[in-house]
Amino acid sequence: MSADRKPGFNTLAIHAGAQPDPATGARATPIYQTTSFVFDNVEHAAALFNLEAFGNIYTRITNPTQAVLEERVAALEGGTAGLAVASGHAAQALVFHTLLQPGDEFVAARQLYGGSINQFTHSFKKFDWHVRWADTTDAASFRAALTPKTKAIFIESIANPGGIITDIAAISAVAKEAGVPLIVDNTLATPYLMRPVEHGADIIVHSLTKFLGGHGNSIGGAIVDCGTFDWLASKRYPTLSEPCASYHGITLAETFGDFAFAIAARVLGLRDLGPAISPFNAFLILTGIETLPLRMQRHCDNALVVTTWLARHDKIAWVNYAGLPGNEFNALGKRYCPNGAGAVFTFGLKGGYDAGIALVSNVKLFSHLANIGDTRSLIIHPASTTHRQLTDEQRERAGAGAEVVRLSVGLEDVDDIIADLDQALASV
Amino acid sequence: MNHDSYSDAYIGDILARSRTIAMVGASANPSRPSYFAMKYLRQKGFRVIPVNPGQAGKEILGEKVYASLDAIGEKVDIVDIFRASDSALDVTRDAIKIGAKVVWMQLGVRNVEAARLAEEAGLQVVMNRCPKIEYGRLSGELGWAGVNSRRLSAKRPLLAPKGVQHRVLGVKA
Repeated sequence: MSADRKPGFNTLAIHAGAQPDPATGARATPIYQTTSFVFDNVEHAAALFNLEAFGNIYTRITNPTQAVLEERVAALEGGTAGLAVASGHAAQALVFHTLLQPGDEFVAARQLYGGSINQFTHSFKKFDWHVRWADTTDAASFRAALTPKTKAIFIESIANPGGIITDIAAISAVAKEAGVPLIVDNTLATPYLMRPVEHGADIIVHSLTKFLGGHGNSIGGAIVDCGTFDWLASKRYPTLSEPCASYHGITLAETFGDFAFAIAARVLGLRDLGPAISPFNAFLILTGIETLPLRMQRHCDNALVVTTWLARHDKIAWVNYAGLPGNEFNALGKRYCPNGAGAVFTFGLKGGYDAGIALVSNVKLFSHLANIGDTRSLIIHPASTTHRQLTDEQRERAGAGAEVVRLSVGLEDVDDIIADLDQALASV
Repeated sequence: MNHDSYSDAYIGDILARSRTIAMVGASANPSRPSYFAMKYLRQKGFRVIPVNPGQAGKEILGEKVYASLDAIGEKVDIVDIFRASDSALDVTRDAIKIGAKVVWMQLGVRNVEAARLAEEAGLQVVMNRCPKIEYGRLSGELGWAGVNSRRLSAKRPLLAPKGVQHRVLGVKA
């Protein structure tokens, strides 16, 4: 391929990071199912441990199968480097471990995946990292939540489960004004629908478990370094801009330039906290990514047909999907993700809590479970499952009221998906 | 030429044709980026000659340190500038004088006047890039660290005598 030609998204989804295997010529990326890699000699080992040479030591830190996945996701997002880890939660933990010191704060959108709200509220407190909440539909609320201790802003590009399309550029402007990096969870959109770096993101995180892997078979997470934040100029991120005690005093931002964040998250966070992805999971997710553009478009097309049908159904009170004309996020959706508004959305049943229970019990094609982004269509009634422990008021605020059902529309024939909902709704 | 982006062929060609690099601003401190770059490039088979007036006469990684490019007295392919951007003009004048073929300014170093002067004298110019990172990117080694190489290929990388990570720039292949 000519050096100056920029390959398209479909080509990158198949080829980025994956040359034929140099040792064997294998065309598919081999699964390097090994814990460790031999050193050429003592000098080579020393150079690897000192970060003076690039190469593999131990699968907790790098692995050639994992590396292909990392480059693939970085290329699709338009970043400088990637890091693949055990889960989306692990990715978030490593991002904040790299950015924060004890006592630091960050501002996060209140409308997030419930698991992230838990992680930020409770687990991060044990590291003395503190979240302040803002409203993802109101960029000014992020500015209002800033304090001198704020070190980052965290948002989701498409918020789960509310169907909100976030105005990333507006919140990026607040982050730039404050001199802090903007972290965007791009799980629900995937880089096929939206590339946050083009709207001012500095760091992107993914749950690869969802649409990128896409087949509901492997847990994984990723961090993408957009290469856009100047750590040395800021001086507020000592992990990157100060000499590193555990690497003989090298300064990571000086040594690794515009991919220093990804290196730091790997050689400090991943090395010391340990949430490595298995090479086998990396392989399955890579295979999934090869068809991401095809799958994601079909997910969106099916979701639009299903939501249009639901919105006309007499037992449905409301449908919250940005792809529907008249939805309050329709205009933002057209601007940020013109190919589609994703495939995860909520709707309200006129029959309330009992109708929700009946619906998830009656479906035959939909799987009743707590994941999203599978080839299969998935359904959940948050009030009786994921949000069960909350008070009524907390549930309402989280968009998980008694009447709310969440769908992740799969790749089955859309007529079959609708027929299943139709028969299940008949007895609600 | 445009110095905001370089083709892989341009950079790969320079690295493939060059053997001797004079590193102006080479540090004796093992935690400095210049020391890292020097050590790495030596592993890849380049001769790297350190130039640093403060260290003149001493050795870095077994190579004698010279006070200036003039003092080296042997053929140099690339002059690699690890100095502030405003020092690059004087270094470039010296590079032209000693007959170097390439003026290479490190990440963060840019001097448009120096670039124009060098190009008028028939030298090739690279600005705001690190030869270690470019070598690692083009050889595929940096991909092991999850770095986006911005290169696609369905060709099997060639195994060089010392292993895949050595001299397989493959830009011309």
